[in-house]
Order: sequence, then C-alpha cells, then structure tokens
Amino acid sequence: MSEMSWWVEAGVALLLVASGLFTLTGAVGLVRLNDYFQRMHPPALAYTFGAWCITLASILYFSMQEQQLVLHPWVIIMLLSITVPITTILLARAALFRRRQVQRLGKALMSPGE
Amino acid sequence: MRRLLPSPLLSLALFALWLALNHSMAPGHLIMAALLAILMPILLAPLRPYPARIRHPLVLMRLILTVGHDVILSNLSVGWGVLRSHRCMPRGAFVRIPLELRSPAALAALSTITTVVPGTVWCELMLDRSSLLLHVFDLDDEAEFIAHFKSRYERPLKEIFE
Repeated sequence: MSEMSWWVEAGVALLLVASGLFTLTGAVGLVRLNDYFQRMHPPALAYTFGAWCITLASILYFSMQEQQLVLHPWVIIMLLSITVPITTILLARAALFRRRQVQRLGKALMSPGE
Repeated sequence: MRRLLPSPLLSLALFALWLALNHSMAPGHLIMAALLAILMPILLAPLRPYPARIRHPLVLMRLILTVGHDVILSNLSVGWGVLRSHRCMPRGAFVRIPLELRSPAALAALSTITTVVPGTVWCELMLDRSSLLLHVFDLDDEAEFIAHFKSRYERPLKEIFE
C-alpha cells in the first residue's frame, strides 16, 4: 500500500461527507413532507447524489491506493439507475390506484392512519 | 452472425459488465463473459419483443450529459426544498404531458430518466401512449415545465429511437 497525499484523502472525505449530507436530507424529507407523492421525491437524493459521491470517493481512493484506474464501482451507479425506477414506478402506480379507489368509493376505504 | 448475436450492444455490455465486476482479464473470466454475452440475449429474447435500435450516438451522448447535469441541479433544488419545507411546502402537483414518443424502448428510457432525476416521478402512461402522468416535486409554471420537458428529453429520445 502506498502513501496517499493529503489532498486525495481530503477529497475522499469531502465526497463521503457530501454523500452523507444528501442522504440525510432525503431522510428528513421522508419524515417531514405530508403527501405520499411528495415523499417519493426525497429518496431520489440518496440513490443519485448520495450514491454518486460514494462511488466517486471509492474510485478515487482505490485508484490512488492501487496506482491504477479502478473504474468498476461505476457499475453500482449504472445498476442502481436501471433498477430503482422499477420499484419507484411500482410504488407510484400502487399509490395512484389506492387514491383513485378512495375517490371513487369515498372514505370507507381509508385506513385510520392516513 | 445475426443468429449468434441478435443484439450486439447488449452482448457487449454484458461482456464488459462481467469483466468489470470480476476486475480481471484471466482466461476463465473471459470465457465466462463470452458465454454470458452469447447466451443471455438468446435466453432473454422472448422478453424483448421489440428490438430497439440506437441511431444517433452523438445525440445519445449529449442526452446522457444533459441528464447528468439535470440530476445534479435537481438534487440541489429538491434538497433545498426539503430543508426549507417547514417554512413553505413545495408545490407538488401532477402534470399530464402529451407525448409524441411511441416506441417502447424510448418510453422505457424516458421513464428511467424521469425517475432518476429527482423532483419528477413517472406515475402513469395512458393505454394508448398519448400522454403520461408525472408527479413534480415543486411546480412553478405548468406550460413552461411541459415545454422544457419535451424539448430536453422527448425530442432527443425521438431522434435516437425512432
């Protein structure tokens, strides 16, 4: 293992902190927003910027450590952005279906928690 | 050649993906990658009834850059919207967007883009594919948003896939 210069370590640390902050913001949004469809948006921060920053940090760190370009963490981002929309759209469809049922059948269908 | 590799791009992607995941160019991994690249498209062919063709690689590159740029900007705006939501709630709304895209591959790409970019969630595609229902995190001006959306994502996708 080779010595790493301080600016690489600083850059990696900065990226990790940024990723944490964005993921935390997403979690705060999940708690604070009051509408189901509004709450679908904040988690996007975690799987885009949160994941991007961590991936960039690991590429930077391991490339410097192994003294060669390590690009395969990039696969995580690609697979995330292909697979996440599937669950997101399924959730949106289910919520839309429920909302329409409530509109059609009145409040009888609503659970007490809503 | 056509029969062996019905979708060369998919085969190439699988080959590269396998080598990247294993992070090695050893002969064993090369053979495994080649097997995957040849067998997977054949096994998956029944699931992909409409083969997609990508026409303008330059437009595709530009679209990828546009999406990357938009992801960064809308991350900041959604994050900001969440942090100041105790003072004013973001104006979430459903938007119905009339579509000109018809090809299934282009619509799949569009749904991926809208879901990956924070601030928009793909909710529903009309059965006749004439329009789509989006939920927008903070909507300012509906007509402006629709025009922006169509020129930024729909037009390049139409060029690439149709």
